[in-house]
Parts: sequence; C-alpha cells; structure tokens
Amino acid sequence: MYSFEPTDDQKIIVDEARKLAEREFRSRMRENDEKEEPAPEWSEEGWKLGLLPASIPEEYGGFGEHSFLTWVLAAEELARGDLSAALVLAAPNLVAVPVLLCGTEEQKKEILPAFCSDRYRAASAALLEPRFNFDPADLKTKAVQKGGDYVLSGAKCNVPLADEAGEILVYASLDGKTQAFLVPKNAPGVAVKKRERNMGMKAFPLYSVALEECVVPSANRLGGENGCDFRLLLDASKVGLSAMALGVARASYEYARDYAKERKAFGEAIAQRQSIAFTLAEMATDLEAARMMVWKAAWLLDRGLDATRESFLAANFTGDMAVTVADRAVQILGGYGFIREFPVELWLRNARGFAVMEGITIV
Amino acid sequence: MISFEMSEEIRDQKEYAEKVSREKIRPYARHYDEHEHEVPWDFVNFIWDEARHHIGCLLPGSMELEEPFMSQVHSVEALSWGDQGFYLAIPWPALGGTAVRATGTEEQIERFLKRFQGEEVTWASMALTEAHCGSDSAAIRTRAVRDGDSWVLNGEKLFVSTARESMINSKGIMIVWATIDPAAGRKGMRLFVVEAGTPGLKITRQEKKLGMRASDTAVVVLEDCRVPLENMLSSTGDPQKAKSFKGAMATFDSARPTAAASGVGIARATLDFLKERLAENGIPLRYDRPRNQLSAIERDIVDMEAQLEAAWLLVLKAAWLVDRKKPNTVESSMSKLKAGDIVTKITQKGVELMGTLGYSRELLLEKWMRDGKVIDLFEGTGQINRLIVARRILGYTGRELK
Repeated sequence: MYSFEPTDDQKIIVDEARKLAEREFRSRMRENDEKEEPAPEWSEEGWKLGLLPASIPEEYGGFGEHSFLTWVLAAEELARGDLSAALVLAAPNLVAVPVLLCGTEEQKKEILPAFCSDRYRAASAALLEPRFNFDPADLKTKAVQKGGDYVLSGAKCNVPLADEAGEILVYASLDGKTQAFLVPKNAPGVAVKKRERNMGMKAFPLYSVALEECVVPSANRLGGENGCDFRLLLDASKVGLSAMALGVARASYEYARDYAKERKAFGEAIAQRQSIAFTLAEMATDLEAARMMVWKAAWLLDRGLDATRESFLAANFTGDMAVTVADRAVQILGGYGFIREFPVELWLRNARGFAVMEGITIV
Repeated sequence: MISFEMSEEIRDQKEYAEKVSREKIRPYARHYDEHEHEVPWDFVNFIWDEARHHIGCLLPGSMELEEPFMSQVHSVEALSWGDQGFYLAIPWPALGGTAVRATGTEEQIERFLKRFQGEEVTWASMALTEAHCGSDSAAIRTRAVRDGDSWVLNGEKLFVSTARESMINSKGIMIVWATIDPAAGRKGMRLFVVEAGTPGLKITRQEKKLGMRASDTAVVVLEDCRVPLENMLSSTGDPQKAKSFKGAMATFDSARPTAAASGVGIARATLDFLKERLAENGIPLRYDRPRNQLSAIERDIVDMEAQLEAAWLLVLKAAWLVDRKKPNTVESSMSKLKAGDIVTKITQKGVELMGTLGYSRELLLEKWMRDGKVIDLFEGTGQINRLIVARRILGYTGRELK
C-alpha cells in the first residue's frame, strides 16, 4: 500500500539532521564558501549524527541497516544547511556504501569497521573525467589485468577530498565495462594534482587526480573476481545527489518566501502580488514533486528493484528544478539576489552543479 | 513507512480499467470527437451493466475498498488514457455524489444516491459556474427563495457537465448552487438537489467545445424551479447552519486530484504513442546516459516522462491524504496545477514531434492536445490553484493575497 509517511525513527533522524545542519552548516556556509575550505565542525560535529555507522550492520562494526530512503531524507536536510558541508560529511560514503552494496565478504570485513569509529574518516571516489563527452559507461581510464594485479591509467577530475582521503575508489574501464578499484592514496602511480576551481560547492575540496600505471592487487577490485554492479552504484549516486538538490532548492525557496513577506513595495509585502506569489507556488509545487520522485527511486533501491529509469528521471527533474528554483529565488530578491551578502547567489551556483556533476558521489 | 507499493486491490482495478480503455473506449474516441453531442450509448450501457461492478469508484459502496480514493485516481487515469470525454460521460454519482455525501444527511444520501444502485442508467451533475463567475463561487446570483414548503430556484448556470444526461436521458440528479441571501456572500450559499423531471429546469444550449466532446456540457436555466425543503443539502438539518460552502469546497479537495489524474491519463496516452513510434523506428530511449549526450528527441521524451511522473506522484500524495481524511488543500491544488501544465505541454509537444502526422485528424495527437487543455481550466483554473497554494504557503488570507 502507498504511504508517504516516514517512520518514527526516520522522523527523529530528519529532525536531528535539520538541527545540526542549521547550527553547524548554515552558520558557516558563507564564510567557508569565501575561504574555499570546509569548516572542521562539518565533519567533527556532523559525524556525531552517526548516519553512516547506523547504515552498516553490526557484523562489520556498525549498528544498523542501510536504507536509501533514510539517507535521502537526511541528505535533503543536510544540503539545506549547506551543500559543501553535506558533501564533506557524506564523503566517507563514497567508499563505504559501494563496499557495503557490492563488496566481497573480505572487503566488507576489512574496510567497513574503519567507518564505524567515533572519528570521521575521509574517503574519496574518482569517476568523472575532464572531457565534455564524459560518459560513465565508457571511461577513458583503463584497468588492465596483469598477473595478480590490475594496472590503472587515466585522468580523473573532481575527486573529493583527494588530499585527505586514505583511499580512493577509482572507476575504470575493464574490457569495456566500468568497474571500481580500491586504491590506497599512497599507492605508486597515484598523483593528486591541482585543486579544482568550480563555480559552486567551493568549500568542498575537489582535485584532479592522475593515475600512471598504478598497480593494485586483484583483491582490490570491488566485488572481487565478479566485480560490481556499476549500474546500481550509478543509480544510487543519482538518487543521493538528487536528494541534496532538494535541500539546495528548499533553502532557496524558503529564503525567497520569507524575504517576499518582509520586503515592502507600494505599501504592501511583495508576496502579496500575484507575480511573486504564483512564482513561489510553482517553486513549492515542483519541490514537492521532485521530493516524491527522489523518494520513489530510493524506495526501489531499498527493495532491490531496478531503479535506473526512476533515478534517471528523478535526477533530471530535480537537477532542473533546483536550478529553476534557485534562479527564481535570486529573481525574487532582485538586486539583493546578486550580492554575496545574501545567500541566494550561492545556492544558484551550487544548484547548477547537479546536472553536470553526475556520479560525483556515491551515497 | 514510505512506500510506493501498489496494493493488489488497486492493481486489479487499474488493470480492469486499462482493458476497458483499450477495448471499449479508444477505438471509438475519434467518432465521438467528430460527432459532438452524440451519446456513446454502447459504452454507457457497458459501464452500467458490467464495468462499474469492477471499478469501485463508479459504484460507491459496492466494494469494500481499503483505499477508495487512491483506487479512484488510478481508474480515472486509466480511463482517460482511452478518452477523457468518455470518462466524463460515465454514469456515476461523480462530483455531485461527493457533494451529497459531504454535505447531506443520512436520509438525503439514501434518497438521492440510491438510484445509482438500480437497474436504470443514471447520471449526476453539478451546476456551479455562472456567466459572470467561476472560481469566485461566492459571487453566484442564482437565488433560492423559500415559499411555503418549497425552495424556488431562479438563475442561469454554465458549463454543467452531463446536464442533459442527468436531467433528460436519465432520472438523475443535479446539484445546484444557489444563494439564500446574496448580501451574505459565501455564508448565504446552499446546495440544492434538483431531480430529473422537475418543472422549471431547462437545458437551453449544449456547448460546442475545443475538446472532450464525448462529454456533454450544457447551459441550464432555472425558472421558478420548485424543489421540496428537504432537497437543500444540510447535514445539520438546519438551513441556517448548513455549512454548505465549506462542505462544497471540501469536495474540490478530491475533485482536483481526480481532474489531475485525468490529465495524467491524456498525457500518458501521448507519451505512450510517441514511445511506440520511436521503438518502431529503432530509436531507443536510454535512461543510463548523461543528459548532454542524448539526442534532442530523446531529451524531449525523457523530459516529458519526468514531468508526467512528477504530476502523477503529486496526485498520489493528494489521494493518499484524502483516504486518510487528512487536510490536502495544498497538495490537491498542487497536483491540479501541475497536471494542467504538463498535459498542455506534453500534448502540444506530441503534435510538434510528429510533424504533419501530429496535426492530422487521422491520429489522435491533435485531439489529445484539444482535450488536454481543459485540465488547466476546470475544477479551478491553473491560476486559481496557484492562488490557493500561494495563500497557504504564505499564510495569507483571501484579503491579503487577492
């Protein structure tokens, strides 16, 4: 039977995520965007929510079950606080969740406990490549089997926290199929290059990474000999990122709504004019529709069903919606929308990233 | 727990409605579009004799449904896929029945709705709109004046769906909105049931429309139309405290997602058609590619598909709230405004993408474009639904946000 009501546990998680995101993320959003560095509190305080350990079973050191639905509910709240902060906090998922979903028993036992301690541990994934016709199903980074090893070569971009992370899950083409390999950052042939300079998500450090004849043991291939279900990981990534797009859009919408009620023109609040009020109604409607689409895709993933179509549609709709809603928010604020003293220009810059950063984060 | 699992009950109803749509509606859709004002009797009789015993919403009370309204939106979506005018021509209590149940006493519900359980085909209709007002329903001028043991109705009503069917082609009912005190605005508003055969009710014109032509839309004139006192819908039994306006407005909270579901059905008809043509021509739809690598047509299709899914999920949320008797005014209007937008755009795009074939009356694309537009107009225009959503999200009264 249909239901649109989260469980009581999920409501508690959402509530805690919201409070944390308001207290630690939003309060530092502007300052850290300008500094282009994350605030230490984002990972330190954020980790106390225990979101990742709560999605790892006890046998691997955690205390719960993984649920995409729970994650998307929390991710919306985190990204509503600040997208860069939410991405920093979610970075350990880049390794932990693919291992949880696709790893061999040995990989789970070896890797997951490290993500269940009470200290945040940065991790990273390298999927994107610096070319306009990038296609996750047709990577130019190659993996070649050589004896008991895999040799990885290629150029990656927008690799999160590459300087700080202990390991990077590198995606590469193995005989024409995209597969993932756990690469310790200190492995020979891994070079962290320049820090990316993007329009938005500026407080989320992203790097170019070069792989030059990087050799990893075959045991490091995600899923072992059988490999991983890359389609599943990509679908999951789209859903997680879409949930964050909801958060950015909601932040913009709420700010514009409140502003429009405060700002007076010709003797009344501008929200009392239909041109503003209708715009806000459309923003709220599309935001709600997008949320339902994200929930549906997450629900399919939780049930182990094929979510390729739904995650694609959710990512498409949500990515467009986030840009439109943030743009309308800037418009409602008028000139104030354009200056950095107000937050909406930052949300517009962040929102634009969703459609182009597909697959940046597997959550 | 959040779930998008369709229950067996709904799946069965939906599959049945889809079969009806494919076999009994779609093949005749063009004929009734080209022969406006003809009644699709074969279809009507089939619904009455057979189909309504399988589709819960068409015969309320006939089945113990766990989620009656959720079931209704699924059925309406599936039937509208075949032809929206046919769906609107179905003999069932429809919106009139909802109004009776929302605002009538037990006795009234029994007296007015029992006929829908009987042998003879029966329709209900609702007369609200007037020449000078639609969404501003508190401004209606049709008068109800008490005279002894009757109410006497006088006025003119527009856009009354299935008026002819309910009053002439069957022994049905028409719910007429009238005021007992024009100075009192919405407080003076009452709902009256006029039964077929009542002197003083005349159908003066059948509208010629852009689309939804299988459904009859008429102008109704009330001239000293006399109904018994007991025909004023009043759950309290007291004409002074009938709370008609509020009750009637509540019917829109279920009418809007129903209209939205109908729009989704038309839009899906278009999209299904386009996808079949693409498949026939060996053009695959790829859901696993980056968007900047899709062809223009693929991108159009997937955008339409995303919009369709967005509207449908809003309908489901609004319907879910109705079944749980929770307030859904915002969700209901959201679903309606979204469905109105997307069915307009998708059906227009359908005509465009198929070129001259889209424009030709040989296919149904041009018809769906004509049919779809009404979704953005009836049960509250797109604008009024935006206004309703805006007032709620901003916390404004009607005076603060006009």
